[in-house]
Amino acid sequence: MRGTPLAAAALAAFLAAAAQAQTKSVKIGFVSTFSGPTAVIGNDMRNSFELALDHLGRKIGGMPVQVIYEDDQQKPEVGRQKTQKLIESDKVDFLVGYIWSNVLLASLKPAVDSKTFLITANAGPSQLAGELCSPYVFSTSWQNDQTPAAMGVYMNQRGVKSAFLMGPNYAAGKDMLAGLKSTFKGRIAGEEYTKWPDQLDFSAELTKARAAKPDAVFVFYPGAAGVQFLNQYGQMGLRGQIPLYTAFTIDETTLPRQKELALGVPGAQQWVNDLPNAENKKYVADYKSKYKMAPSFYGAQTYDAANLIDAALTAVKGDIADKEGMRRAMERAEFKSVRGAFKYGNNHMPIQNFYLQDVVKQGDDYVLITKATIVENSQDRFHDRCPMR
Amino acid sequence: MKLRPLSLGNAVAAALIAFLLLLPIYCGFAGDVFLLTLFTRILILALAATSLNLIMGFGGMPSFGHAAFLGIGGYAVGILAAEGIVSGFVQWPVAVGVSALFAFVAGALALRTRGVHFIMITLAFGQMAYYVASSLAGYGGDDGLTIDRRSQFGGGLDLSNRAGFYYLCLALLLGGVYLVHRLVNSRFGWVLRGARSNERRMRSIGFPTYRYRLTCFVIAGAMCGLAGVLLANFSEFISPAAMYWTRSGDLIVMVVLGGMGSALGPVMGAVALLVLEEMLSGVTEHWQIILGPLLVAVVLYARGGIAGILETFERG
Amino acid sequence: MLIFTEQCLNGLQFGLLLFLLAAGLTLIFGIMDLVNLAHGSLYMMGAYFAASLSALTGSLLLGAALALAATLLVGIAIEVVVMRRLYGRDHLDHLLATFGLILFFNELVRLLWGPAALSVPLPDWLNRPIEILPGFFYSAYRLSIIVVSLATALLLYLLVMRTRIGMLIRAGATNREMLGALGVNVRLLFTFVFGVGAALAGLAGVMQAPTLTAFTGMGENILILAFVVIVIGGIGSIRGALMASLFIGLADTLGRAYLPDVLAHMLGPAAAATVVPALSSMLVYLLMAMVLLLRPRGLFPAAGQ
Repeated sequence: MRGTPLAAAALAAFLAAAAQAQTKSVKIGFVSTFSGPTAVIGNDMRNSFELALDHLGRKIGGMPVQVIYEDDQQKPEVGRQKTQKLIESDKVDFLVGYIWSNVLLASLKPAVDSKTFLITANAGPSQLAGELCSPYVFSTSWQNDQTPAAMGVYMNQRGVKSAFLMGPNYAAGKDMLAGLKSTFKGRIAGEEYTKWPDQLDFSAELTKARAAKPDAVFVFYPGAAGVQFLNQYGQMGLRGQIPLYTAFTIDETTLPRQKELALGVPGAQQWVNDLPNAENKKYVADYKSKYKMAPSFYGAQTYDAANLIDAALTAVKGDIADKEGMRRAMERAEFKSVRGAFKYGNNHMPIQNFYLQDVVKQGDDYVLITKATIVENSQDRFHDRCPMR
Repeated sequence: MKLRPLSLGNAVAAALIAFLLLLPIYCGFAGDVFLLTLFTRILILALAATSLNLIMGFGGMPSFGHAAFLGIGGYAVGILAAEGIVSGFVQWPVAVGVSALFAFVAGALALRTRGVHFIMITLAFGQMAYYVASSLAGYGGDDGLTIDRRSQFGGGLDLSNRAGFYYLCLALLLGGVYLVHRLVNSRFGWVLRGARSNERRMRSIGFPTYRYRLTCFVIAGAMCGLAGVLLANFSEFISPAAMYWTRSGDLIVMVVLGGMGSALGPVMGAVALLVLEEMLSGVTEHWQIILGPLLVAVVLYARGGIAGILETFERG
Repeated sequence: MLIFTEQCLNGLQFGLLLFLLAAGLTLIFGIMDLVNLAHGSLYMMGAYFAASLSALTGSLLLGAALALAATLLVGIAIEVVVMRRLYGRDHLDHLLATFGLILFFNELVRLLWGPAALSVPLPDWLNRPIEILPGFFYSAYRLSIIVVSLATALLLYLLVMRTRIGMLIRAGATNREMLGALGVNVRLLFTFVFGVGAALAGLAGVMQAPTLTAFTGMGENILILAFVVIVIGGIGSIRGALMASLFIGLADTLGRAYLPDVLAHMLGPAAAATVVPALSSMLVYLLMAMVLLLRPRGLFPAAGQ
């Protein structure tokens, strides 16, 4: 009969179209550093993101996912270019990553202008928490000032009366030292900013620190700079003479090289690998068995980012076009975070606890453990400057 | 009037211009935004390379600090925008003016030297501009400066319209190429070219070669400053890295690749380099391992660049 | 006073490292009239070889020695394949060709060693403070850099001033054509000189690797500084290179140490910290420009120029 082949063709076409709609996938653009001295951070983040996808059955919100990884080479203009490429050429639905605050700030406009959701899994510049806040930007990490502010509280508890501050001269470095000063009650014996990221030789500044005779030295030196700093602190004989307090200088990516130099050097963090919730235990155990090394806070934050996106897409049942719905779902922060439950402030920055981390030797290894909770439910001090409510 | 037979070089030039004119129309149909942005960037860098060709290809003054003008033009726009001055009628003349001024000062000093010393001084000035920009803590320093709004011109000229901006860049590029062409074939250009081959002779004839060269240098600096303005508007971002000496090296590569001493050479060089970069990076992320030796080979065996190769085909 | 001494030692160390690079560069420029941008790439190769070979052999010293040899070989290879064809050509050709070499080596290194940087851990006997004077501690590692660099400078001096080859080198710097006319194998001499330059650059890279880690593009920043040094010092003059690099090393370090305090009172510490490195770098380039305009031959020109 003549009608049947036509009907069959129509049915086939309809089924193909339906199948096409169902196999629509989520595209995620991942911007991080995969070359140079800080590639180890980017790799940790990528590993964690992949692990999260494994745990989610290689689907996000029930949809197949495609991740495109781009290297920002730790340079703001490169990160910006890659971000624009991901938006314009690859047409991604989400942007994730961003280790460095200056790279994030440079990449912000293209993302916000194109209304693409951006989940920062590390960088938390103060401007983003304040006047530059956007409905499309969420953080699964912290606001830069929060962590050193917690360390300042701890230094007060320890009776530190004067401190010499050192940090790199870029957006995050300035935030970190400002954050410490916002809670630390002692005298600032000196404040030194070093050229970033080129300067890994701190001899001139460390000599000044020695000359200032402070009660303590506080530093923020992420990645390879942290390794170099502790090395030189020891080489110059300052170790054991002047106590050192840090933020983001000692973590699982740098500890293997810092080793005994990191013993007894406290840091503040919103996540430590021994936090006792079920999600975290699974994450750390599976990461160790898959990658044969311990994950760092960079990775933990990225793992959370994957789950945040999953929560958003699940809430709108895969309807990527429903940005309002996804936004409201993400604001509820209902996914299971490896740091434990937290809420979002009006500026999409987490309101969370900060813990005291310390380094101990277990057998042949050096590990980070939680020693105490410094502050609970800390919110960043820029949220009133954000016009969102 | 006898019609000159269409040379290979002219045919390629015509085809290139036609291609550039029609590109946005194709992109509009295909919905390919990325190709349009890629070629907008190519046009802007081609304008910068054209200005470098003026002093290097025709004037014999190789400058390793030319990227500084891109930065100066860009920062003029960025700083004014940050201070609330978004009118293009103010930004653009200021940018071009400051670039010309910097070219005047740098050129006045550098042109007292020759050869490798000239190269080193232009390098020094380029790096100084880089470090000045790095020290602008209020305007981002090393982190760079985001430009919230493009230059506003009111009326019908909207720079945020992609195709419109593309045609503006193309118009300015073709204008720049034409200007170089006219300059080089004028009396001014002949003095310049004469000074390049034998300066003492030119001076003994009575030409103040220093003044001619300096004028040329200033024109090139201003043109490159204009390219910097376009770049800042295009990227909506400017950082000191745009002025680092390796970026000047990239511009020199474009000029040499396309063919020094050919008016459209820099355009061909910019297109070739950036399209090659785009295509090769899709194939392998290690594409620069091909570009490096290619550059060496061009320097050793194909000194005239693409234009030179075309000429050889024509003659042979 | 001790603090000032410490800062001076820091400046001395930086200056000596700069000298290693500048010495090779000025020799190559002076003898072969070759502008070699790829010198920074040789520095980078030294660092990468040091990282790999010390990890392989388990010993920093052995790895460093092997790295030097490897860099020397790479240098000779470059000279034979590329540089020979550039002698006598325009300086712009040199710049372009060696710029191409920079691109090639940066990518080669990424291909062979991967994009992540390589760290070079220091053995314990270097990674500690030494009490130079009672109460005055200085890093053993930095002291070793100073000692090795001074020893190398001395060796270089002996080579150039006291050996036959050194005589040929000095003669070649004065009058190249005459040297060939006298029957000297100029080709071999050039290869030798380039090899020496490459080894010096490699040594600088080997010694910097523990601090900076070995990464792509590490040569670009320091290369430009080395060029500034040889222009200020005088092209072809090793003595000039030494004076200029020490001066710049001290000026940069002491500037970074003492200038911020002055500016911090006016601008605030973060702004001062941004301005000071820029200021000291700008001063260096300003100085080079002034030298080029007033004394184009440099401050300590090589004899015969």
